[in-house]
Amino acid sequence: MADKREITVTINGQAQTAEVETRTNLADFLRHELELTGTHVGCEHGVCGACTVLVDGAAVRSCLMLAVQADGHEVTSVEGLAAADGTLHPVQEAFWKNHGLQCGFCTPGMVISVAAFLKDNPNPTEADVRSAISGNICRCTGYQGIVAAALEAAETMRQEG
Amino acid sequence: MKPGPFTYHDPTSVDDAVALLAGHEDVKLLAGGQSLMPMLNMRFVVPDHVIDLNGVADMSGIADTGDALAIGAMTRQCDLASSEIVAARAPILREALSFVGHFQTRNRGTIGGSLCHLDPAAEQPTVAAAYDAELTIVGPEGTREVAFAEWPLAYMMANLAPDELLTQIRFPYWQEAHGAAFVEFARRHGDFAIIGVAALLAVEDGKITRASVAVGGADVQPLRLADVETMLVGAAPGDAVFAEAGAMARKIDAMSDAYVTTQYRQRLAGVLVERALAQAASRATGGE
Ligand code: FES
Ligand code: FES
Repeated sequence: MADKREITVTINGQAQTAEVETRTNLADFLRHELELTGTHVGCEHGVCGACTVLVDGAAVRSCLMLAVQADGHEVTSVEGLAAADGTLHPVQEAFWKNHGLQCGFCTPGMVISVAAFLKDNPNPTEADVRSAISGNICRCTGYQGIVAAALEAAETMRQEG
Repeated sequence: MKPGPFTYHDPTSVDDAVALLAGHEDVKLLAGGQSLMPMLNMRFVVPDHVIDLNGVADMSGIADTGDALAIGAMTRQCDLASSEIVAARAPILREALSFVGHFQTRNRGTIGGSLCHLDPAAEQPTVAAAYDAELTIVGPEGTREVAFAEWPLAYMMANLAPDELLTQIRFPYWQEAHGAAFVEFARRHGDFAIIGVAALLAVEDGKITRASVAVGGADVQPLRLADVETMLVGAAPGDAVFAEAGAMARKIDAMSDAYVTTQYRQRLAGVLVERALAQAASRATGGE
């Protein structure tokens, strides 16, 4: 018999209660139960970074966490980055301007990772940025546009304070 | 690529966790999940029960006990890397952690999880070996202490019975003036090392008075180079003696796999031992 639990998770600012099978990972919970398909699933074993979300503000791989472990916690997925009126987060804006994405598969994980990284490191060097995104694999861009976007977003965020 | 069905348990105390372990067969303990979750997703392991330690009180924290750095097994790698106590008392641990996965995995991964998983090339076990770390294990019979030298039993198998739990790791301080360094080589940043080396050197009056050298990634468990350590003690630190240490390290027992040959690992061990010692010696005498 399936082992199930009722969990309440605050997702992008909204409390959501649902019954989940305990073996369901957080990525699948977001995508299948809540239909928040912005979070992508690439490898399901912690290598590609496409599934990165924020849990209580810290970037983590949602394929390596059980949904039941998020019970009582706050999760931010890529859908929660932009403002309510649709204004893009500075990181999203910079990705758009700098051709930081092509197919977009890695983008949710990249954007979330860069946003989390810049919060703690407002003034990174290019090398810092490359090391910060080393856990996110992109098959398209060659990373140049992503690095440029991260550096530009850092500057915007510094100016905005 | 989804875990098989299991029953999930989330104890809130060490006692409850031990009682759950005693009461169930075919259990996996879930710490940070950065190794176990991939194995569950890929169904390399299909346990009947998963006991999640993330809600257990008193299993995480970093304390300076005066003669050792005491770390709760569930302490996350990100918290170790940003700890001032670690930076002040065992900076080599922080240096090693910068090579462990990526910041997103360090936000979940725990030191205890890594020591129990015991990947041969993992950084934290290599540092634990160099430091002669002491481990506290709790089981149905009570508590026992294990020296790190007695911890790895075989390939990825720790000295931990199915009904036991690692609760704390202690890094005994070196009282002597010393320097330490962790260096590694991996194909990509964040990968497991092909070879990682942890070295500690105490230097007094221009002579090495105590040395510890541990190599990870070469064999199925981190290796202490006792012959190198013996050779170093009494010698004056310098290029010649470190080159000799490197030459000895090249004779290390090393595995071979589809990607990396024994010879390559041995050569890398030699180079990295030499570098780690030079850096440790420089730090021992106030340099970088
Ligand atoms: S899907 Fe989670 S890291 Fe690849
Ligand atoms: S944009 Fe296609 S994988 Fe990165």
